[in-house]
Order: sequence, then structure tokens, then C-alpha cells
Amino acid sequence: MKQIGLYTKKVIEHFQKPHNMGKIKNPDAVGQAGNIICGDTMQLYIKVKKNKQGREIIKDASFETLGCVAAIATSSVITDLIKGKALEKALEFDKAEIVKELDGLPPVKVHCSVLAVDALYEAIYDYFKKKKKKIPEKLSKIHQRIKKEKKEIKKRYKEWEKNEEEMYKKIINEKTKK
Amino acid sequence: MKKKIYLDYAATTPIDPRVLKIMSPYFSEKFGNTMSLHSLGQEAKQALEKSRETIANLIAAKSDEIIFTSSATESNNLALKGIAFANQDKKNHIIISSIEHPCIMESAKWLETKGFEITRLPVDKYGLVDPENVEKAIKPETILVSVIHASNEIGTIQPIEKIGKICKKKKVYFHTDAAQSFGKIPLDVNKMKIDLLTTSSHKMYGPKGAACLFVRKEVKIEPILHGGSHEKGLRSSTINIPAIIGFAEACKISQKEMKTENERLTKLRDKLIKKILKTIPNSYLNGHSKKRLSNNANFWFEFVEGESIVIQLDLLGIAASTGSACSSAKLEPSHVLLAIGLKPQQAHGSLRLSLGRWTKEKEIDHLLEVLPKVIKKLREISPFKKN
Repeated sequence: MKQIGLYTKKVIEHFQKPHNMGKIKNPDAVGQAGNIICGDTMQLYIKVKKNKQGREIIKDASFETLGCVAAIATSSVITDLIKGKALEKALEFDKAEIVKELDGLPPVKVHCSVLAVDALYEAIYDYFKKKKKKIPEKLSKIHQRIKKEKKEIKKRYKEWEKNEEEMYKKIINEKTKK
Repeated sequence: MKKKIYLDYAATTPIDPRVLKIMSPYFSEKFGNTMSLHSLGQEAKQALEKSRETIANLIAAKSDEIIFTSSATESNNLALKGIAFANQDKKNHIIISSIEHPCIMESAKWLETKGFEITRLPVDKYGLVDPENVEKAIKPETILVSVIHASNEIGTIQPIEKIGKICKKKKVYFHTDAAQSFGKIPLDVNKMKIDLLTTSSHKMYGPKGAACLFVRKEVKIEPILHGGSHEKGLRSSTINIPAIIGFAEACKISQKEMKTENERLTKLRDKLIKKILKTIPNSYLNGHSKKRLSNNANFWFEFVEGESIVIQLDLLGIAASTGSACSSAKLEPSHVLLAIGLKPQQAHGSLRLSLGRWTKEKEIDHLLEVLPKVIKKLREISPFKKN
């Protein structure tokens, strides 16, 4: 397995020539995920069609990602991997599949693959919701977790800003005290 | 262009061939231990003292005020912890800026757990510490003020002389981490009222593994390494003679070439900054436009992530650096960029380009040609691209 600097050759290939990049015209559903750890964001678009047996299949998928090399590569790979998958199969998708497909990720970057999987879950959630379908309990729980994490990111960002402000205030207060 | 373009001189520099040449006999011929009584040892000892003198000269210090260490990190640890513990009987307060190198930030954090009180001074949007804030923050319990001379990330140069004078007036020790500025900006510890100063060899074309801490004679400090009482008992460890010889030679060269090199680099840096801001939409300069190291340029770009920029540049043969959370081991954005008021998502898109002795104008031109395309390509992948 070839390594190019920090990443495997596969990662670099996906990073340099991402597959399925951009928006799909009239997507059936969109999943948005933000990485709680580093702040990367991803949008995943899917088109769903019924096959002859009447099962709902992910016919097409595409992505848009603001993030590091690992985030872009995992986004690209997941769109490849989910195309042609039945929705209920896609719900069993594991991030290890992405890491394997990329011949591995640096340990500190494995969390990036969570971003892609979360975006997939969110897209399926969005699809079920739009189609007014019953949302499986597992998916509902995942959605709640992602929602909570998005809130936490917002909170964390606010705290970062607040800390700055407080530091300034403290200095100004000390100034006025003297 | 096949040859690699190195624009990460703030991370480390290649050794100057002139330095390497001077070092080479000290590995296998003049290999003595400075503590040995025989002539080989004494030869090493003499070479050590000569190096000490050279380095002292560069900052107008006396040679017995130079303590050799292995790295700027070690020097900064010695400065903070050594001063804190030597003076803790009466005082317990230390002031640092909020844009120090991690070795100061973390040492201070650790001292906090040992009962010391730390004040972290804010900086303005350029990264400048207001000397007035230093004065206001000094209390009767204050032992030490430590402010980085020039930022390793954004290159901002602090009003070190003003801060030094305040510390002198208030009878508080003043330490500055000059790892990035030493050899680039003239330094005079007497004029600038500096009590302790950190330098590093590998940031100025010397070898890795050598650094020093200037400690003014009357300063009360304790060692953190105990042993055979090398370096006046302040830093026990076998002396790394080849590295120190190289460090001293690097100092000589820097001293001689400082002025012309600064002028050359300032021109290149200003061209780089001007062109990038002009050719890349939604790009911003971090740090001060004038009060900055001649070799440092730092930007942030909207709708892109820094690690992606760095890796893409690397694939194109250009070495650079970023303060993005994605690139750090802690997965947190640079504390320096946050301190100058950048939001985490803005620090996310930061890029540091640092120039040096072998940076050529045509390399800068090549970067200027390549970078706008890199940013454009990454923005096309991003959901925030403007259609």
C-alpha cells in the first residue's frame, strides 16, 4: 500500500479528484453534518428510486465538503459506496468500510469518516421525513445524537468567543480598579 | 517546476553549508567531553567558551550569562519554572501573553497546578500586547513577565523595549522568547531591559539540538535538570559540542548578513502579501502589515480548510503550514489566531508561508501562480462556494 506523506495513495487520489462532487439536480434528500471535533462540514445529496422489487435504492449520490484531506476523501468514497445500495442496507453502513476502502487513515483522522457516515444517516432521515415514512428507531436516535452534537459545536464556538471576550473584560476591569 | 519549494522556514531551517563544515571535525576528531581534564576535553571546553562569547555578543550580553540548552522549548521551560520555583518564597504571580509558543503556554498551565497564579494578557487584532496592560497586570506578587518577541505563527513583533522598561521600573523579571527573531532582528538585552531571553539554533540555519537561555547575572533562577553541574549548575547534561559550534557559526553568519537579508526578504514578503490579497478573493492577512518578521506571511481564506491547502501545495512541491484544527494533534485551532480575534472557522482556513535564506523570487512567483488555483479548486468542493 503506497503512502504519500501523511496519507495513503487512495486518500490522495480521492482528495485530488473527488468522485461525485457538487450538488445533484433536484435531490430527493440532503444530509448535513458538522464535525464536532474539528469543525469540518459536509452536505450529502441523494436520489432514491424503487427497483423492480419495489425496494428503495440510492440511485445517485453527491457531496460538498469543507474540510481536511481526510474529510474530502471520506466524502468522496462514501458517495461511491452507497450508490446502488438499498436504503435499509445503507442504514447499516459502518465507517470502517470507508477506512478500509481508503487503505487506512492516520489514527488522528479516523474521526473524519464519522462525518461522512453522519451525513448519510441525515440524508436518509431527511428522505424518510419528506416521504412521511415511519422513521426506524435506530435512525431516530442517531438523528437526535447528531442534532445534539450540532448544538454542542455551536455552544463550543460561542464559548471560544465568550472566553476571548471575558479575557478582555477582565483586563479592562483590572484597569478600572486601579 | 520539479525542485521542492520550501516556505516553512518558521518551522525549521536547513543548515547552512558553512555551518555544517565548521561542525564536522567536532563529531570524530575534536569529540572530547568538556568536563574531561585531558587535552581533548579541554579543547572542547575552549570551543564551547568561544561559542558562548559569539552568541553573547549578538545580544550584547556577557558570555557567562549564556546557558546552553537543547531547544527553545527547554530554554522556555527553564525560564518559567526556574524563575517560578527560585522566587516562590515571596511571590507567586506570572504574566504571559495569550499568543506565546505552546511551551510557554503549557509550562504556565502546569505552574498553575502547582499553586502559581498566571495572567494571560490579551492582544489586539494584530497580535500586539499593549505595554499599558503589562503595567496594569503587575502586582506586588508578580515574579516574571514573559512575552514572545516575534510570533512564530503570525510574525508580529512586540514592543519589547517598552515592556522591558516597565518591568525594570516595577522590579519584575522580564523574559522574552526570541526563538523566531534571534538572528533576524537586532537584539540588545541592556537597551531592551531583558533579564532572560530564549534563542534557538535550528530556526537560524544552525543544527537542531542547540539553543540557549540568556540569564542576567543578578537573576535568581533554579535548574530543572540536576546532575554534573554543567552550565554553572543551571543545566546539567553533557555538552552537545558539534551543535553548539554550529549554532555559534550560524550566529556569526546571521549577524553579518542580517541587514541585507532582511531587506531582501521584506521585499519578497510584501510582494507575496500584496499579490495574494489581490488575486485570491476573500483572503485576509493575519498579523500586522509592518510590525512583522521579514520572513513571515500568514493568511486566512474563507470557505477552505488549511490542512487541505497544505497537502495540496505539498503535492505540488511546496512546503507550507497552517493553524487549522485539522492539522493539530489536539484538533483545536491555533490559540494565536483565536487570540487575535479570528473565529474558529476562520482559523480553519489559515495558511502560514515563511521565507528564508534560500527563497528566490521565482519561487514566490511560482507560488503566486499556483495558490489561487489551489484555493479555487478547494472552494469548488466546499458547500459554501459562491455560484
